[in-house]
Amino acid sequence: MEAFIFNLFIFVLAAYIGLELISKVPPTLHTPLMSGANAISGITLVGALVIAGSTGSVWAQWIGFAAIVFATINVVGGFMVTDRMLEMFKKKED
Amino acid sequence: MDWIIHVSQLLYLVAAILFMMGIKRLGSPSTARKGNQLASLGMLLGVIVTLFDRQIVQFELILAGVVIGSLIGAVLAKKVQMTAMPELVAVFNGFGGGASALVAWGEFSRGMAMAGEMAGQVSGQMAVQGVPAVFGVQELASIGLSIAIGSITFTGSLIAFGKLKGILPGGRVALPGQNIINLVLTAGVLGLIGWFVMDPTNSTVFWVIFGVTLLIGLMTVLPIGGADMPVVISLLNSYSGIAASMAGFVWETIYSLSVGRSLAQRG
Repeated sequence: MEAFIFNLFIFVLAAYIGLELISKVPPTLHTPLMSGANAISGITLVGALVIAGSTGSVWAQWIGFAAIVFATINVVGGFMVTDRMLEMFKKKED
Repeated sequence: MDWIIHVSQLLYLVAAILFMMGIKRLGSPSTARKGNQLASLGMLLGVIVTLFDRQIVQFELILAGVVIGSLIGAVLAKKVQMTAMPELVAVFNGFGGGASALVAWGEFSRGMAMAGEMAGQVSGQMAVQGVPAVFGVQELASIGLSIAIGSITFTGSLIAFGKLKGILPGGRVALPGQNIINLVLTAGVLGLIGWFVMDPTNSTVFWVIFGVTLLIGLMTVLPIGGADMPVVISLLNSYSGIAASMAGFVWETIYSLSVGRSLAQRG
């Protein structure tokens, strides 16, 4: 229970930080910001790694494997496509 | 003695700071690209720190999963037409939501195996006896919510992709009384999550939650017109974030429990 309350604190504070961070962003950056933030949500990969790499339940390991594939598609693809979008912005400005 | 755990916790904090700095910099045109790079650095750090975790004892599946996922992600990101980027973001988002649902499911299986083992050690009784030692009400509710929100994000994002891509009709596709059906289904899922919390060993309830939420994702996005998809994707994007946080709640518990257990065993 204690750990849960502690995590709840982090959850609420992080939500507040998120709100503050994106409150004054110019509209042209909305799409790359969404895409970049989306890649960050792939942090769930960390959980997938531990599940796939631990012993105890073979079933859980394979679920973890599927989760790793899903999450890395999100992470790798997400950061790369955001970078491409921003590269395009730069070219436009030049 | 277990300084590795403390060091890795601190490095996770560094990763979190990199994420925050990254998002901050993504908000201004001159620093945006750096921001994205900082955030990806934070992700790399998080992954590397995790790989040093002592719970991880086998790397074959991890390596295979990371290689397959990275290849798919990289090819999609490189090959996509500039004009097709919004639908690609939708796809990535769907996979992220799906990953969180899978993580919650994986943690649940892992926890149940642990519960069975604990019960076996204590009295040789069924797994049911060990469940309260592993999962509290909060964890079970987090598992249910993570699976539900993650599944909705998964199918919802794929439908959004289909609409933007033109595979699916861009206009309204709905059953008569679709809104009411969706409301009833959503209320039903909340009820089912409650049931799951009371009776986590009932696998039927578990699977019905999975199935119904996948359906809700389909049915809530199908009626929405193609022009509104960016808003839908943005909303689903925040859903996938919430699903990841919920999975994190569970992960943390099982994680600390198994770290504690391995320490206790060595002690």
